[in-house]
Amino acid sequence: MRVLAQMAMVMNLDKCIGCHTCSVTCKQAWTNRGGVEYAWFNNVETRPGQGYPRTYQDQQRWRGGWALNRRGRLKLRSGGRLRRLLSLFSNPHLPKLSDYYEPWTYDYQNLITAPAGDDLPTAKPTAPIVWSANWDDSLGGGPELAQHDPVLKTMSERVRLEFEQAFMFYLPRICEHCLNPSCVAACPSGAIYKRTEDGIVLVDSDTCRSWRMCVSGCPYKKIFLNHQTGKAEKCTFCFPRIELGMPTVCAQTCVGRLRYIGIVLYDPDRVLEAASVRDEHSLIEAQKRVLLDPRDPSVVEAALASGISEEWLEAARRSPVYSLIFDYGLALPLHPEYRTLPMVWYIPPLSPVVDAVRDTGFDGEDAENLFAAVDSLRIPIGYLASLFTAGDPAPVRDVLRKLAAMRAFMRDITLGREPDESIPASVGMTGELMYDMYRLLAIAKAEDRYVIPHAHREPTTEAFNDGCSVQDSGRVMLPMPKVRAS
Amino acid sequence: MRLAVWGVLPYLALASFVIGLAWRYRYDKAGWTARSSQLHERRLLALGSPLFHYGILLTAGGHAMGLLIPAGWTRAVGLSDGLYRVVAFGVGGMAGVMTVTGLAILVYRRLTVRAVGRASLASDLVMYVLLGTTILMGLAITLTGNGHDYRATVAPWFRSIFVLQPSVDAIAQAPFGFQLHALVAWALIAAWPYTRLVHAFSLPLGYLTRPYIVYRSREASRARAMD
Repeated sequence: MRVLAQMAMVMNLDKCIGCHTCSVTCKQAWTNRGGVEYAWFNNVETRPGQGYPRTYQDQQRWRGGWALNRRGRLKLRSGGRLRRLLSLFSNPHLPKLSDYYEPWTYDYQNLITAPAGDDLPTAKPTAPIVWSANWDDSLGGGPELAQHDPVLKTMSERVRLEFEQAFMFYLPRICEHCLNPSCVAACPSGAIYKRTEDGIVLVDSDTCRSWRMCVSGCPYKKIFLNHQTGKAEKCTFCFPRIELGMPTVCAQTCVGRLRYIGIVLYDPDRVLEAASVRDEHSLIEAQKRVLLDPRDPSVVEAALASGISEEWLEAARRSPVYSLIFDYGLALPLHPEYRTLPMVWYIPPLSPVVDAVRDTGFDGEDAENLFAAVDSLRIPIGYLASLFTAGDPAPVRDVLRKLAAMRAFMRDITLGREPDESIPASVGMTGELMYDMYRLLAIAKAEDRYVIPHAHREPTTEAFNDGCSVQDSGRVMLPMPKVRAS
Repeated sequence: MRLAVWGVLPYLALASFVIGLAWRYRYDKAGWTARSSQLHERRLLALGSPLFHYGILLTAGGHAMGLLIPAGWTRAVGLSDGLYRVVAFGVGGMAGVMTVTGLAILVYRRLTVRAVGRASLASDLVMYVLLGTTILMGLAITLTGNGHDYRATVAPWFRSIFVLQPSVDAIAQAPFGFQLHALVAWALIAAWPYTRLVHAFSLPLGYLTRPYIVYRSREASRARAMD
């Protein structure tokens, strides 16, 4: 058994207030340069909504990710190798800039230079403003825009209507740093690679040749073409920070403190098999089976033999990501049906359910009420299932029941009442485990959220010392593969 | 004069070509790209780009056959001169028309679509002028060459360059159109490494055989970046 380590993230959607701080700080750190004005390595989209770029989840149209062919073999949805080489000169599935949005600025000079007159001068936009990365933020534009949500389209008319009346939540997204990345597989130049040490997926800008197959190959549309340099760019999981044991910029600046970073161990030889499982509803379990238990002595032995250090093994044992996936069973992957084995996981939000219960005049903290609501409200469950479980409501229901049980269980403790052990028992947990879960989710101390072991090598300093990031020559490269020891 | 044009100039162009490519590969990998503008416009590109690229690949193949393979060899395998000329005219003409049509669409696109135009570099302008002239002259002499046997004039001279004994007399007998085509082509070759044309040497054929998922260690990518 070969063992590799993977840097992974979990986001607790219940705590996301849609403030976009993660997006803004990410942009300031990585994409405030020419050619990537339109790129958001981190974006926060409102669900239901069209997402960024518009309707990216509609794989009938964009052909991202993997699919099984008629013989049950795993193939890139956009076609085989030869087909890709033949479409090198015009990629049929590449989004246009306007599918993301065309960035604009304002003519601020006019504020100063406008001739004196009766009206205050205005700063006119330099380009028509017709769409943006967050045009339908918080359901702005209403049902007219939200109806084009590809996830919503898969649901029945009645469900859609109810959803629009009742529910909304935010979905922050970064690159998934997949175990089976379709962008890597689609790159004709072999310029995108997965780091063996930590599983971070990076673009080697020295060998990228602008064939742009990664952009269309990624089903999450998280690779961006820099139109000035002609090279692909993507979320780097802030590797220069991660290597020093620091959390990513998006995680560190998250106001809701909802992001968890840790490593998981996996067996690369099981990846293909897991991604090729025929039944879409079995994909999550298959994906979980690729991950290894760091407390299992045979795994530890194999990991040491594969060159993983004791320090990393200890980090794997303390990993909040592993706990949230396995010990608490809360975290689910985004769109497992794309078969890329994504490694940014999500805890689906209970808040739409709590709001619904409260709105109908019932006690939104009562376990029975919440359980009943989780079971009867098909709408949020169905929608969340389309996002996180390839449409299977059962795992989503399990997670929401656990979250509901935690609310009720903790209310008794907070109010000084005798804790009711039957509540955690009803979702297959002990009171102690549930209390630990509460500590991790609600108290969420930084040392519990981020368990990031240092990289083996000495720290790199040059990555942070590239001078001004807004030099305009268009040739300001990210310090990606160019990190040097000083 | 003859010697300077047909015996010295090609070597200067070749030197610029080889040294330029080596320099660019060594010091400007970051700039070695096709710099696709499909993000800005895709409808015209979907038409023009495949037409142009497949046309030019065919044309390159035709040139390799016409210039590198001596007439004696094709005769030896039983291909008569008449048949050769028909094939060269037919396939070459078709490839030429494809290339020129594609190029026309791409130039039109670059001139009319504002975003594409603004994404252009100065080197693109030089490249378009040289490439366009070469291709147009090439198509013109293919279609109106009046059956001039370039395999007796241009081709021997071209091959002789690479054995370092340029037979200046051979090319001197070629019609003016052929001579001009060859001259502009040398200019294009000299300019090649300094334009986006470098991407022609990046045709990713290795993709057909490599494993889908590429793993690379941090160590290895550091080593690559250092050299």
